[in-house]
Amino acid sequence: MERETKSTAGTANPDDVLGSLPNGLGAAAILATGIGSLALGLFTTAGDLWPVVGTTFNIWRPSGPLSGVSTGAVGVWLLAWLLLAVRWRTRNLRLRRINVVAYAMLAAGFLLTFPPFIWLLH
Amino acid sequence: MVISVRDLITLLHGMGFGALFMLAFSGAIGVIYATAASGGIWPASSPHYKLFRFYLLSMSALAWITVLSGTYIVYPWYRAVAPAGTTDLTRYPRLLLLSNPMTAGWHEFGMEWKEHVSWFTPIAMTMVAVVFITYGPNIARHRQMRNAILGFTAAAFLATLVSGVFGALINVHAPTSGGPEIVLMGHK
Repeated sequence: MERETKSTAGTANPDDVLGSLPNGLGAAAILATGIGSLALGLFTTAGDLWPVVGTTFNIWRPSGPLSGVSTGAVGVWLLAWLLLAVRWRTRNLRLRRINVVAYAMLAAGFLLTFPPFIWLLH
Repeated sequence: MVISVRDLITLLHGMGFGALFMLAFSGAIGVIYATAASGGIWPASSPHYKLFRFYLLSMSALAWITVLSGTYIVYPWYRAVAPAGTTDLTRYPRLLLLSNPMTAGWHEFGMEWKEHVSWFTPIAMTMVAVVFITYGPNIARHRQMRNAILGFTAAAFLATLVSGVFGALINVHAPTSGGPEIVLMGHK
């Protein structure tokens, strides 16, 4: 994350500055959503591929592993959001790169929840 | 005319919260576009902007209510385990689907995808609402920020579409019914 922060930071395009408020808070929210989406996909696939992981995610028996997968992904999303917001709240960043990374993580997250893709990994 | 409690709650989950959320999507795109098209001339205190904030916050709340009611109320009924020796599986939708090779795919593909992909929606829509509220009319001046919230709104729409379509079709083949019955209308 440190390396990623450095690579996405730098002198922002004047167009990136949103009024008097730095765009860092928005960038943190966008990237954290990508991270949370990827976590959802990874947890879904891991829980399906490895029974021991699936059992670990079974934190509320009536809903089964879905309870842990969704709770874990929401936890990762909120934690990432908090950490990135604290780090970037006063900064102006190049949003284009952050958007690309967030979209890529979102797409990977979608793919990792798609059953035929998970079947391929079995 | 009667309806079971499980039918009613499943209906609320899908047709109440979920469908309402789907219907709201075109409005969300309109809200974001209208803010952008205004060129940032609306002050953050304007009635338009207050309405837009309320709209996106309501969508986010609906998304959370939909996935939480689905995961923690309806889904446990769907995946209930039948006692040994049960032959009538109508109260056990997952087992009912899996008992027939012609319907097993509705669970193995449909429900397995639906139950997970639906969680993208509240995460994305919460971000969209928070970013919109944080930056307000200034989003009109920033293409990248606007692109991000439009992109994630579209992704949330896709996830909701998958969930809604599979939810409706699965409920056709194996409805989550049971529990106390509510009489809606008596016999004439």
